[in-house]
Formats: sequence, structure tokens, C-alpha cells
Amino acid sequence: MADSFYRPNGAQWALSSPALALFLGLLVVPLALTALLSFSAFHEIHGIQVGHTLGNYLDILSDGYYYELFLRTGAMALGTTAICVLLGVPEAIVLYRMRPMWQGVFFVVILGPLLISVVVRTLGWSILLGREGFINTALMSLGLVDRPLLLMFSMTGVLIALTHVMIPFMIIAVWTSLQKLDGQVEHAARSLGAGPLTTFRRVLLPQLLPGILSGSIIVFTLSASAFATPALIGGRKVKVVTTAIYDEFLTSLDWPLGAAVAVLLLLGILLVVIGSNRFMERKYRQVFA
Amino acid sequence: MSKLSIHGLVKTYAGGFQAVRGLDLEVESGEFISLLGSSGCGKTTTLQMVAGFVEPTAGTVRVDGRDLAGVAPEKRDMGVVFQSYALFPHMTVAQNVAFGLQMRKIRRRELDERVAEALSMVRLSGLESRYPSELSGGQRQRVAIARVLAIRPRVLLLDEPMSNLDAKLRGEMHVELRSLQRRLGITTILVTHDQVEAMTMSDRIAVMAKGGIAELGTPQQIYDRPNSEFAFKFLGLTNELSGQVLSVGNGTASVRVGQACLPWKDAGLPVGKDIRFFLRPERIRLCPIEVARCRASVVTRLFLGGVWFYEVESELGSLRMTVLNAGLAQPQEGEVVGITWNDDDLQLAGAEVGHG
Ligand SMILES: Nc1ncnc2c1ncn2[C@@H]1O[C@H](COP(=O)(O)OP(=O)(O)O)[C@@H](O)[C@H]1O
Ligand SMILES: [Mg+2]
Repeated sequence: MADSFYRPNGAQWALSSPALALFLGLLVVPLALTALLSFSAFHEIHGIQVGHTLGNYLDILSDGYYYELFLRTGAMALGTTAICVLLGVPEAIVLYRMRPMWQGVFFVVILGPLLISVVVRTLGWSILLGREGFINTALMSLGLVDRPLLLMFSMTGVLIALTHVMIPFMIIAVWTSLQKLDGQVEHAARSLGAGPLTTFRRVLLPQLLPGILSGSIIVFTLSASAFATPALIGGRKVKVVTTAIYDEFLTSLDWPLGAAVAVLLLLGILLVVIGSNRFMERKYRQVFA
Repeated sequence: MSKLSIHGLVKTYAGGFQAVRGLDLEVESGEFISLLGSSGCGKTTTLQMVAGFVEPTAGTVRVDGRDLAGVAPEKRDMGVVFQSYALFPHMTVAQNVAFGLQMRKIRRRELDERVAEALSMVRLSGLESRYPSELSGGQRQRVAIARVLAIRPRVLLLDEPMSNLDAKLRGEMHVELRSLQRRLGITTILVTHDQVEAMTMSDRIAVMAKGGIAELGTPQQIYDRPNSEFAFKFLGLTNELSGQVLSVGNGTASVRVGQACLPWKDAGLPVGKDIRFFLRPERIRLCPIEVARCRASVVTRLFLGGVWFYEVESELGSLRMTVLNAGLAQPQEGEVVGITWNDDDLQLAGAEVGHG
């Protein structure tokens, strides 16, 4: 009886065709074209040449500038991830312990930023972070600093703004883990003789790790490929891979080189994601079967 | 082996709801006591106050005379088994059981011995390296018990630990847990809404109602001779007979129930008073009509395996009765039978049921 629902008869292809078309048209085809483009040669006067070459990749791998670029991007993504873990995990736990009514209120507050365009939020941050911006004015009038801090066009500023953009993803991921928690395990640990700190370290945290790791993957991926925030707040001073790709495409017009950088960024991110997934699966498969 | 005293325990939750109202209980050293009551009567709240997870609004909890007010749960030396078992999902069975011992800074060799001992007590040896997600419900429950037995707590607190098991396994666990508790002599409080569970396991049962103790005694006392009408109705099945005192004289009263007159040995009742009796279904017997106290016609007959269950219509009104399935021929529905009981089986309802 039930088997007839699952018997392959072609209907499943028909039914999933809209989603497949979307997936193919908007993701697979552009990606494939970009990958193809990255193997084309480029001539400053004649533009893109026919034929295939590894030249773009060799250029990138032999140029220290790109290493610096990738390292800076990695540092930015890792830094954002670390800050999101340090702030987001406690925030999620506090949220978890609130009364249901307050939980609702604070969820709106936390998720609210996701409803506003990244560009608008980032412009908001540039007003706050500027030399004459709110933060510097406040710090100066309080006498905490004598000269304005360099927040705009600095890594610090980029990290602040990126954290603001990314932290909801971390909170949601940790929140999901918290929902799976048996509320009594903390009591069990306490009655077995563990103080509140030990209970957190040995019982609560290990159970939140899968959530923290998946939140970290999301935040890392989105940060490493973020464009608007580093472009608007970092500007020319904090150049990262995405802004470099933008420049290759729109300023130097060297599309093949830009495509090669993009492909390398994608591979780098994929490597990190697959690596962490492997790690998670090996470590937690049995526990959360 | 510790003595636990609870005195005037009160818990008022935010919003003014009183979940526990002035509960007193003395648990003797090595005693197994059950808090039996329907859902929401404050059993869990009471247990959590004893364990230190919930702060009492008023009242004291003492172990061996020491007041536990303000003592953190980890300093109370109590073993708690939760309804959900609350095992640590990221630890193996052995790690779960070792946790409490590690918190007590027990050395490696003794720790290993005590983990093995606790696991063998609950017959789980060999499953040390499994994770909780790889165990059946009954095995998880045993791990939860081994985990608290390993720390050799002064008091064992069990919050409906068997309610997630199927009926057969539950029955086996009752017997096993009971004999384990006897052997170790741990002072134990069990919270349950299951009468059979409370009866099979406890030295004494505290029947709880609306945040207080309605009845306290051995299982037999509270079932056969309860002081409160609540306990009589709450435990098992009972027939309730309403009547009126017709006459009093010579140390006996005559009470009219339905269309019949019942003699009652207590002459202290005023004539004309409305009274009620309780009569347990298993105390009513079938008998030849000539020697019967009462004639009755069978309305319903149900076969329940170990017993037959009857609903009969008699001069006293509608009665429920059970008859052991001893392989004898049973009357059919519609048949008229004789029924009888002993004088002691009839109990007067009121402030002092059972002492009449
Ligand atoms: N944290 C709480 N806040 C408010 N009311 C509660 C809380 N915990 C329990 N209660 C209420 O207290 C009563 C007793 O609860 P509980 O002790 O869990 O009952 P039981 O274990 O006997 O089923 C219930 O009516 C329940 O709704
Ligand atoms: Mg309960």
C-alpha cells in the first residue's frame, strides 16, 4: 500500500522540476560558467582570449599579494566567528532561561536586524563608526580617549559590523541545540555533585557543541564571502577577497583572473565546511543518532 | 542510612499558586516511602524542594537533624532519578555512572570498581561503552539508577522513574528496585501516580491531595483501614452506599440502605442521620441465596483474566464486585444470585472511616 507512493514513475521528476530548474539556472550554470571563465587567458588590449590555460591560477599562486588577501579574509571570517561564539552562545543561553513572554520580545530584537538590508545596516554602522561618528564623540566626551579611534576603514570596524550581521545565525543555531536539551540533565548533574560551572563545562557545553559548530560554519562561510560590509566599512584599506574580485571584474576588467580568485575562494570555503562536517560527524554521530 | 524530616513545607509559585501547602513527613532511616497522588497534586514540587532544585516558600527539610535550607543541590548528597532519566547523551554508560564519582574526586581504581559494581547491581555489565541513544527504555532507566547508586547517596529520590516503561517491564523493575533498596538500606522517597507501584514497593505510602498529605500508613493500612474518605475512594475501587439511621438500641443501630435494612454495631449514631458506607468490590462474595445477606441480579459480567468483574443490581442499589477466577462456573448476566460480606468489610464514611 504505502509502497505505491514511493514507486518511481517519473512523477517525482515532474514535481521537482521547478526547484531543479531554479537550482540549475541560478546556481549550477553561473558557477560552471565562472569556473570555465577562470581558465581563459586575458589580454590587456584584446580582452578575453579563446582557449584554456592555467595561467590565472599560476599568477595568483605566485603573487604574495593574493596570499595576503586570502589570509586577511580568513582572519576576518575566523575573527567574526570567534566573536559570534563568545557573544552568541551566552546570549542564546540567557534567552533560553527567560520566561516565554520575554523570549518572544527578545527574539524579535535579535532577529530584527535580519529584516533590514545589509547595505542599510552597514551604512548605519559607518555613521556610528566614523571619525566624527557617535561612538568616537561619546568616547571623547567621556574622556576615555583623546584622539578619535580609527574604526572606519579598519579591521576593527569591519569585525564590529560583520558580527552584528552574523550573530543572529549563531544564536538560532545554538537555540536549536538548546531546544533538544533535556531540562533535567542540569539538575541531574547538580545532584550528582557538580557545581554550576562544572555542570556548564561538562554537561551543557558538550551538548551545545554541535549547534555552536554548525552556527560557526554558517557564520564563517557568510563572513568569508561577505561583500557589502568589507566594501563599505573596510573600503580600500581593508581589502579582502570579495572586494578584490569586484575590482578585477569592474576596474581591471580582467574577468578570467577575477573568476579564478572566486573559484579559489569557493574551494577554500568548501574545504573548511567539509572539514568541520567530517569532524562533527565523527565526534557526535553516536551521541545524537 | 539517614533519617529525613520534612516539616511545614510550603511552595507558592509566582502568581500565588500554592503547589505544596504545609507538608509534614518523617522518613525513617532505610525506609521506602511513596508520595502517591494524581497529577498536579504537588509531588514533584515536594521532591524538588527536598533535592534543592526548588526553594521552599516556608518549612524545613532535615537530614539526620541537619537543616538543609540554603544548601546547594550538589552539597546534599542525594541521588535523584528523573522521569526522563536525564542521562548525559554525550557520555557512555560508564562515563554517566562515573560522573558523580569524579565529582567526589574518587581515585581511578576505586572509581572503576564502583562503576562496575553499580552496573552489575542493575544488571547492565557489558554495556559500559554504549551511548544512551543506543539503549532501550528499560536499560536507560537502569543506567539512571546505577548512576545514583554509584555515589551511595544518603537519600534516594525517585520521580516517576517507571512511568515510561511498558507494563510488564515496570512490574519487573518494581520487584528489582525494591529488593535493591532493601539490600542497600537507602532511605528512599518515590513519587508516583501508580497505586500498584506504590503498594508493591513501599514500607509506607503518603497519599497526597492538593499539596498536602491526606493519608499516611502502610499499604495495607491505607487500603483497608484508611482514616480519610479521600484515600478510600482514591485507592482501588469501592462501592458507596447511602443510608439513613432508622433506629438505635441494644448497642446496634438499624440503617436503611436502598430497600434493605443493615444492622450496624455502633449505637452512637442519632436516629434520622444520613450516613454513607464503603464496601470494597473484592469483599463481596457470591453465596447460596438461603444464606445471603442480599439478593442481586447480574447486570454485567466481565472476564478480566485473574478475576471476574460483576455489576449487580441489589436491594442496596447497584454494586460492583469481583470474584477470583478459580475455575468455577460463574452466573450469567440476568441471573439472580445471593451475595454476602463480613461485618468488618462495611466501613462508615465520615471523619473517622474505618474505626467504626
Ligand atoms: N515552575 C512552576 N511555576 C508555576 N506553577 C508550577 C510550576 N511547577 C509546577 N507548578 C504547578 O504546581 C502544581 C504541582 O505540580 P507538580 O509538583 O509538578 O505536580 P505532580 O508532580 O504531583 O504532578 C501543578 O498544578 C503545576 O501546574
Ligand atoms: Mg510530577
